[in-house]
Amino acid sequence: MITVKHLYKSFNSHEVLNNINCTIHDGEVVVIIGPSGSGKSTLLRCLNLLETPTQGSIIIDGQDIMTRKINIDQVREKMGMVFQQFNLFPHKTVIQNICHAPIRVRKMKKYDAEQQGLELLRKVGLRDKKDAYPITLSGGQQQRIAIARALAMQPNAMLFDEPTSALDPEMVSEVLNVIKDLAKEGMTMVIVTHEMGFAKEVGDRVIFMDGGQIVEENTPDAMFNHPQHARTQNFLSKILH
Amino acid sequence: MNFSFLGSYYTFFLQGAYVTVLLAIISVIAGTILGVLLTLMRRSKIQAVRWISIAYVEFIRGTPLLAQVYLVYVGLPMLTQLNIPDFATGAIALTIHASAYISETMRSGIEAVPYGQAEAARSLGMNSRRTMLDIILPQAFKNILPALGNQFIGNIKDSSLVSVIGISELMYETTTVRGTTALGLEPIIVCSLIYLVLTLTLTRLLTFVERRLKSSDHR
Repeated sequence: MITVKHLYKSFNSHEVLNNINCTIHDGEVVVIIGPSGSGKSTLLRCLNLLETPTQGSIIIDGQDIMTRKINIDQVREKMGMVFQQFNLFPHKTVIQNICHAPIRVRKMKKYDAEQQGLELLRKVGLRDKKDAYPITLSGGQQQRIAIARALAMQPNAMLFDEPTSALDPEMVSEVLNVIKDLAKEGMTMVIVTHEMGFAKEVGDRVIFMDGGQIVEENTPDAMFNHPQHARTQNFLSKILH
Repeated sequence: MNFSFLGSYYTFFLQGAYVTVLLAIISVIAGTILGVLLTLMRRSKIQAVRWISIAYVEFIRGTPLLAQVYLVYVGLPMLTQLNIPDFATGAIALTIHASAYISETMRSGIEAVPYGQAEAARSLGMNSRRTMLDIILPQAFKNILPALGNQFIGNIKDSSLVSVIGISELMYETTTVRGTTALGLEPIIVCSLIYLVLTLTLTRLLTFVERRLKSSDHR
């Protein structure tokens, strides 16, 4: 369980997150939507401290990860992250991308890591690409590898930062399908996305953010069909056609 | 002009060229190791460590190599109380000189690696050291390989300056030949041509390697 309490983040004098409070339960899929600049990516990146919040607390399984004595590397091991720009390691093959952290960080045996890697590749439908270099793959393939790489650390939760925003339209669904499969398996996930249809389908709960605050949170059905706040209504009317 | 001296003196030039290439190879390899260290120091969290790195690089880049050669030649034995062989002294001076330039190159090579690479590594639970060694540095090295090649070519020419402390590289041997044959110009022409052959060969080799590297960036 991830609990965020009174979280603030500002870059210089610009306040990006303004008193965020939310809870993500185990096995839950939470989708964060909102206009660009609303702070949704920043909130996601705060959850594994890629951004350091200005104040507040983030409690993961009873531990406040903002206290000094926490080893943030160990927290990150258990929290997979998938980026908009994939960020595969270009100097490593697909299987090396996937196995590197399990071998070096979790001290898995090379053989075991590779078996697990192949299994994950099969899961994302790219078993035959194991020896390819990232540059030779399409965006959709790269993003699926990036998901497999994050899963190889056997995380308790996954964070997705606009995973389909950098993709050509015809590649969006192959990535979303992988994420949907994960949802079915009960993976805890926090997803920042602009894909409203996907949000509706996969989300247990949808959070709408604007101006660094959580304006509204509700079930997908309630959020998309009966938005309560004017700002939510305004945002949704612009993107739902 | 009279080049008949070559018949009896060509071994001087060959021996000199060999030492020159050896000095360049040693100083570019050792200079790279020291250069990486300086770059990492430059990125340290500890301010004093950063300052040492900055001061070192500024001093080396702001003073002539010839002065540095003398500084090492005279200063190092005094400082260490050791009897350091001349060749080693020359190699150390050239290494110190090259490392400052390589560290600046390395810094830009690291900065050219997209920030997302470090973020991806850290998000997988890799600590900052592991991230630097396994993810950032290999990519940075690939970025600066052409620049390192140019540094190597530069080192070949720079090494001529250590002739002043009596290391029998190409320039020193040339001076010897000039002295013995009493010919002013001809040995220098031979020596220059040898430098030219060395650097041109390396330039061509470098272009070839660069093209190979580029092609591996595509499918």
